[in-house]
Amino acid sequence: MTAPQTILAKLWAAHEIMQRDDGTSLLWVDRHLVHEGSHHAFAKLDSRGMKVAAPDLTFAVVDHYAPTRAGNVAADIRRMIKTLGRNARAQGIRLFDLRDPGQGIVHVIGPEQGLTLPGLLINCGDSHTSTHGAFGALAFGVGATEVAHILATQTIWQKRPRVMRITVNGVLGSGVGAKDLALHWIAQLGADGARGHAIEYAGPAVEGLSMEGRLTLCNLSIEGGARLGLIAPDQVTFDYLRGRKFAPKGADWDQAIDDWSVLKTDEGAAFDREVTIDAAAIAPTVTWGTSPEDALPITGHVPDPAQLSGAKQEQARAALDYMGLNAGMPLESVAVDQVFIGSCTNGRIEDLRLAAKVLAGRKAKVPGLVSPGSAAVKKQAEAEGLAQIFTEAGLEWADSGCSMCVGMNGDRVDAGKRCASSTNRNFKGRQGRGARTHLMSPAMVAAAAVSGHLADVRPLLEGRS
Amino acid sequence: MSGWTKISGRAVALPQANVDTDQLIPARFMSAPRSDGYGPFLLHDVRQDQPDHVLNRYSHADVLVTRRNFGSGSSREAAVYALVDFGIKAVCAPSFGDIFVSNAVNNGLLPARLTEDEIEALIDTLGQADAPATVDLSTGTATIGGQTLSFDLDPVWQQKLVNGWDDIDLTAQHNDEITKFRAARFAAHPWALPAT
Repeated sequence: MTAPQTILAKLWAAHEIMQRDDGTSLLWVDRHLVHEGSHHAFAKLDSRGMKVAAPDLTFAVVDHYAPTRAGNVAADIRRMIKTLGRNARAQGIRLFDLRDPGQGIVHVIGPEQGLTLPGLLINCGDSHTSTHGAFGALAFGVGATEVAHILATQTIWQKRPRVMRITVNGVLGSGVGAKDLALHWIAQLGADGARGHAIEYAGPAVEGLSMEGRLTLCNLSIEGGARLGLIAPDQVTFDYLRGRKFAPKGADWDQAIDDWSVLKTDEGAAFDREVTIDAAAIAPTVTWGTSPEDALPITGHVPDPAQLSGAKQEQARAALDYMGLNAGMPLESVAVDQVFIGSCTNGRIEDLRLAAKVLAGRKAKVPGLVSPGSAAVKKQAEAEGLAQIFTEAGLEWADSGCSMCVGMNGDRVDAGKRCASSTNRNFKGRQGRGARTHLMSPAMVAAAAVSGHLADVRPLLEGRS
Repeated sequence: MSGWTKISGRAVALPQANVDTDQLIPARFMSAPRSDGYGPFLLHDVRQDQPDHVLNRYSHADVLVTRRNFGSGSSREAAVYALVDFGIKAVCAPSFGDIFVSNAVNNGLLPARLTEDEIEALIDTLGQADAPATVDLSTGTATIGGQTLSFDLDPVWQQKLVNGWDDIDLTAQHNDEITKFRAARFAAHPWALPAT
């Protein structure tokens, strides 16, 4: 009898072509997703006169630089988008271009199109590739040299990461979701707390998440330093995938369900590290500093650096200085200048529904931008009347792309301005030079919009089913 | 890419934790072709906001000593291009972002792990000044300001830095196995191909 195995071990074995004496494995890549930022890798391939090894398994999408609002598009942005189109056509790669109904953020459209499936190895030159692990796929971000290697060979050299299991017991409270859970564990373990590890999320609170909630949770694995995140596929996963464009059909579907149903960690399998979290103890969570680990319950106060020591004290002082906050002030008293709802973390239809639930019949006190995660999400949100709720509340309804999460397309937060944001990084300058970002769930962003300051969404949800 | 075994030059300290790749190179510079040179983009906004920033005072540095979780965040290899084009050959820190480590090694940049205590001692020694530094991959040691320390580096990475290996060439030797693997995988699991 073989020893009990983790999902990671099973996925690894299924993709290992060979292992070198030094322990590095050559892994087969089932899906390779590329975007405008992959231009360095295509240039590398061109310089060697090589072709893409498996164009049928490679998919390109315009997202990082995608314009989301009417108006002139800067020449360098146009050039980036054109370059991707040229590379995709030259290599025979399916491209989701700007006006394609399948266009959207790469980590939103992968699942939406059924390109992301349990049991696959998925790479993309983007750190949030961890998102796709929500389906029980081995999915991790890589740099440009590795993108070029995958384009050239459809394989990647990797050492197997250690495995950490985060078990979330109990039930998440009302108004508390996957984003709060993720910020909570990252604050507990640190932004490098899961470095060198694959995380398997388990427990009743994880099983209780919708597919989209699971995507949010796995998406943020990288913000805690993890190589990737994983959730065992189950009926929720299968129900989400059935009938998606590139998902298996007919007999292939039936075999897929059989194969996917065994993709779970065996009873008694060993983990390098185990962490347990009580879901009921998690409140709506916001960040106050310049790292995702700087997160606290909304009911808390801005930390006092004087109560910290050494490097941590310096770090907190620098963060408060950049963020323009005073030690000890209640988080709920922090006034915001604007809000943003969108990104690969929280730009899906359920995210928009939650934000709309808070905004319905209310007016935003500050301006804000809502950028749906894909063209399909946009269409659905318009059909459901969500877009109207956003615009009636005074927010701008835009097209799909990475938008104000990364600021590459010109959607930026001005220097010194404070933004309540449903995104993934509160790094200095991330949303624009000098921008001050507070990360939170889309529902919490909506709460900040109607309050004009960071606010607990829970009272605002009372009486709204 | 050519490999290296030993470098000698100057070290400076950047006493901050969580220096993410968004800080190392702000996103707006990433559309530039590599041939333009990425050195001027290194920590661009931070350096412009702080005229006395250590990298403004020293126009050249070979070794950067910094705090935990260096290179975390975005997978942008451009962060490594900025460091390398600035002239930096090694970064010493207690921990690095995982993707950053791969990107660094793929571009001849050494991510040398030292303990928190060793890093704090080096930061104290260096202060605002620079100091002579030698890094030797064959012995796995860095000598900075007179202190010799052993760094932690995966032997695979070490080999790659020394030899300047290009993975695409290495992998080409396994082309037959790859072709066979693909055929076997999709024969056994036809669902793994994108449906048409």
